[in-house]
Amino acid sequence: MSINKEGNVYTLIFAIVMVVVVGGLLAFIASSLKPLQEANVKNEKMQNILQAIGLEETAEVTRDEAGAIFNDYITERIVLDYEGNVISTKTNQDSIVPKDMTDAFNVEVRKYYNNLMRIEKKYEEGSEEFKAALKEKEITYPLFVCEKDGKKYFVTYFSGKGLWDDIWGYIAFKEDGKTINGTVFDHKGETPGLGSKITTEIFNRDFVNKVITNENNEYRPIRVIKPGKDREEYEVRGISGATFTAIGDGANMGVERMMERSLVVYQKYFSSLNSNSINKVPELIDTLSIDTMQMQIDTTAVLAIK
Amino acid sequence: MSETKEPLFSKKNKKLISDPLNLNNPVTIQVLGICSALAVTVQMDNAIVMSIAVLFVLVMGNLIVSLMRNLIPSKIKIIVQLVIVAALVIIVDQVLKAYVYDVSKSLSVFVGLIITNCIIMGRLEAFALGNKPWASILDGVGNGLGYGLILVIVAFFKELFGSGSLLGIPVFGDPEGIDGPTGLFAMGYENNGLMLLPPSSLILVALYIWIQKKKTPSLIDENAS
Repeated sequence: MSINKEGNVYTLIFAIVMVVVVGGLLAFIASSLKPLQEANVKNEKMQNILQAIGLEETAEVTRDEAGAIFNDYITERIVLDYEGNVISTKTNQDSIVPKDMTDAFNVEVRKYYNNLMRIEKKYEEGSEEFKAALKEKEITYPLFVCEKDGKKYFVTYFSGKGLWDDIWGYIAFKEDGKTINGTVFDHKGETPGLGSKITTEIFNRDFVNKVITNENNEYRPIRVIKPGKDREEYEVRGISGATFTAIGDGANMGVERMMERSLVVYQKYFSSLNSNSINKVPELIDTLSIDTMQMQIDTTAVLAIK
Repeated sequence: MSETKEPLFSKKNKKLISDPLNLNNPVTIQVLGICSALAVTVQMDNAIVMSIAVLFVLVMGNLIVSLMRNLIPSKIKIIVQLVIVAALVIIVDQVLKAYVYDVSKSLSVFVGLIITNCIIMGRLEAFALGNKPWASILDGVGNGLGYGLILVIVAFFKELFGSGSLLGIPVFGDPEGIDGPTGLFAMGYENNGLMLLPPSSLILVALYIWIQKKKTPSLIDENAS
């Protein structure tokens, strides 16, 4: 019996069999490789956070090592809201449970950058509507606290829009909450050789020791400017030919804008930390002296009774 | 079967590999796969990994299509080829993501774009559909290498003159050194920004074709005026 290979029945059966076989094969491969791929993504994030801290011992950490030593360095994982208030805190004793959004590690800033862009276009930044919209879309800001040799470092994580696709970055601050100690930038699909250079050391090293506040401890965004110009202390060198990725278009795009809109939130948290630590001491003295006064009054009262 | 068995690397089979490297180069002579030659040639390492990925997909695609050549209904042959290529590309992408994550990151979207590389569909259609598996494998290797050759040559010049480096290692010095420019850059040399952009690939490929045709006059189209 010969089969008519040009007939409709044969064609249809061939197509169905092919789709089932190929579909099954791909589904099998994808699901069996998934754990490995997810581990890669998780370890890479840990690696980025560790590298951003800017410590010598974490700068060269490989992806596989990162997973092992992450908890030795990162002691707290904090989720912040737009006002810089703490929503939730996890310590290195808590294990990372996937999809637990109260864990800063699971806050995937790249997932909601589209929402962020939309909200930004619609409402004025910082207005009540703006804040309400952020809340509605559950946009939060992850922060990682690293403690090493008695010193604290804060690692921020945020994303924005590059020329072609999303870009994101980790910036580590020193204990004072305003001086940058290290940065790691990355991108999804910026032009190779141009915008993709935001990952290189040439770009990143210029951020170290830049300060995000002015003399009055008010927020002052870091500016990225064209290479070759003289730079102020809060200005970093851009990449030649990568105007949009690094410097931006003056609206939503670019590393500069991404940092500006995210660091304003973190700065609120940092300044609240600083004001707490400064105010704490006088407060303590006040309560103490009141107590002593009270005690004195009490003693006099007791004596008087006697 | 009275047919005498052909040796694995007969003259004819050797030609299958050597022809695409020069006389029948997929990029410069067949004019296939130009698009990716423009896009992934800014850095040499990307060009090399891209060549390897294309080589793999081309060889496997050729082999599978050649094995199935008597089964594929001619009405839907393009769709069948497309499905085979797409499946292979997805497998490559998934395996890269799982085992060589860094490479897959640096290639990002270009792996997926192998599907649209005209060399692959072109070779499946022109060769694998009408030839035996072994010959098809050799044809895939030859064309993959021919494609890779052009990619690496173009990337060599683009990276050298565009970024002043090769495989990411600076060769002309560092234009952005902490203490100011070093090497050639200290003497006033500048990287050529055009070299980083797609048009320079066209210029380089055209120069390559010029040299190639000058050396091998038989390649010149006689009908061209």
